[in-house]
Amino acid sequence: MWKLSVVVLAGAATLLAQTYGIGRPATPEQIRDLGAAIAPDGTGLPEGSGTVAAGREVFAARCSKCHGEKAEGAVGPALVGGQGTLATAKPVKTVGSFWPYSTTVWDYVNRAMPFDQPGLLKPPEIYAVVAYILNLNGIIGSDQVMDAKSLPKVKMPNRDGFVADPRPDVGNNVGNNVGNNVGNNVGNNVGKKAKR
Amino acid sequence: MKDSKRSSRRQLLQMGAAVGGGLLAKHEQASAAENKPGQLGIPLGPYGERSPFEKAVRWRRDTKTPETGSSFTPLQDSVGTLTPSSLHYERHHAGIPTIDPAQHRLVIHGMVNRPLSITVAEIRHLPSVTKTLVLECGGNSGSEWAAKNGPDVQRSFGLVSCSEWTGVPLRLLLEEAGVQPGASWVIAEGADACRMERSIPIAKAMDNILVAYGQNGEALRPAQGYPLRLLIPGWEGNANVKWLRSLKLTDQAYMARDETAKYTDLMPDGKARIFTYQMEAKSIITFPSGGQTLPGPNLYELTGLAWSGRGRIERVDITTDGGRSWVKAQLQEPRLPIAFTRFRLPWRFDGREAVIASRAVDESGYVQPTREALIAARGLNSAYHFNGIKFWKVQTDGTVTNVEA
Ligand code: HEC
Repeated sequence: MWKLSVVVLAGAATLLAQTYGIGRPATPEQIRDLGAAIAPDGTGLPEGSGTVAAGREVFAARCSKCHGEKAEGAVGPALVGGQGTLATAKPVKTVGSFWPYSTTVWDYVNRAMPFDQPGLLKPPEIYAVVAYILNLNGIIGSDQVMDAKSLPKVKMPNRDGFVADPRPDVGNNVGNNVGNNVGNNVGNNVGKKAKR
Repeated sequence: MKDSKRSSRRQLLQMGAAVGGGLLAKHEQASAAENKPGQLGIPLGPYGERSPFEKAVRWRRDTKTPETGSSFTPLQDSVGTLTPSSLHYERHHAGIPTIDPAQHRLVIHGMVNRPLSITVAEIRHLPSVTKTLVLECGGNSGSEWAAKNGPDVQRSFGLVSCSEWTGVPLRLLLEEAGVQPGASWVIAEGADACRMERSIPIAKAMDNILVAYGQNGEALRPAQGYPLRLLIPGWEGNANVKWLRSLKLTDQAYMARDETAKYTDLMPDGKARIFTYQMEAKSIITFPSGGQTLPGPNLYELTGLAWSGRGRIERVDITTDGGRSWVKAQLQEPRLPIAFTRFRLPWRFDGREAVIASRAVDESGYVQPTREALIAARGLNSAYHFNGIKFWKVQTDGTVTNVEA
């Protein structure tokens, strides 16, 4: 018996020890150069801060040519509006109406905007322009300052608007027989409509 | 994908304009000179090209910024079960980067014992895995939610392709770095201009994800993530991060734009379903299909493609009478899990109008639903993850059109 466990243990040790020894230690500089992913709790947000007023200037200089003077949308999508429309026949999904986390706005602007020059903005400019967009959407007041502490505390209007996916929600309740009822009934409508 | 009603209307207008593409193809064909008997052919070349008589191309939906957009695979022109790399669908958010593999590094960091910087050459020397897998955009068939749906296979179902992919198990790389207890998510990031980001649960990362460098027997195409990409069997395309350069182990999902603002399904009550990931069973008749014309009454082979992110295709049913009766199609073997399965059925077109469709059933017993059943469950605003049955109408003169609901 003990022999057996020794064998098992030895086997496990070999498996654990098995490594191809690939790669070099990643340096802190290398890691810093990556996209600086920002977590919803603010992990990863850098130092710096920005005001709504400063953000208005950044937006006018760097964003409005594509998103419109008042972020109403042009070449790029609208960044304002849509609150209260999600449960209607014409939902308008914007940062203000749909995005659940303010940190995602920081993360996305940092990695992807301005669209034609991503990576251009420094952290204080990003805090500022995010503050401006949040203010345009009525989410923060015009005197609020965004930094690594205050930004994650901003509660977005649609913060609780996301639910786990219960899939498969359709398609699973039909038997495996060809020509079963569900297939016949549902398909019938389509066929009839097709023939007017 | 752009989701607004406005853009889908614009899209439809463009679809109308794109019908002219057929004329262009004919014109080009006239200019390709055929060999005369006894005339020498062209010399041997280093990298192959298809015949100048072959015209199948991707269709691209116009966007105001050409670097973000999608192009659709001409599935109606495909034979067999693989998609040529050159016709694989594309969806990019900031253009296709040009990356020198000698300079490229994959960095694994965050909650690991040994943060690692790995070269492409090192990855290519690890034990490899080759799998034939379908890749489908989470927004494929988004146009089908609307009453005015896609006029042909390409524009309605073309954001899906099937390739043979080669790479190393992601698990192997993570184990080299040593995942720390408590790490529950992997945040993947690409090296494209927008540094595309997605969160992947650790259970899936340790299961069957590939870090792929090969596609259809050669290196990945730049548009498919050269030199490295994630390949997540059965999961929506967007999560399969291309130009992979960073894997950060964390204890939380990062709620990136493309997993919150995009690729989430808005329900009628205003709540959106998040982290859908898996693509469900789906099929489409590729012949006869929208835009094609049957030359006349005759015996034809009706054919198409079926696939499921949930596994193997078990059965495909065909109706030629608008869904009143269904018969089993023949399935091309081998039926690989999460890969295109071609189905076929001999069918006599007798000159009377016929409404035809296919319905896929996968190995889990999941049955491809109707559009009506999907709408009953999810409403009309969910935009993504449409897998409804697609009906084509064969008219008395042999022309084939979509069936608008
Ligand atoms: C050259 C045009 C251009 C400029 C300049 C630009 N954007 Fe954008 N922006 C876009 C496009 C195009 C998209 C959509 C990208 C996509 O979906 O792939 C976008 C998307 C966004 C989004 C996501 C919106 C959504 O609902 O998904 C935000 C937020 C944003 N931009 C903020 C900014 C900010 C802040 C600036 C200035 C610092 C800026 N943009 C500058 C073109 C631009």
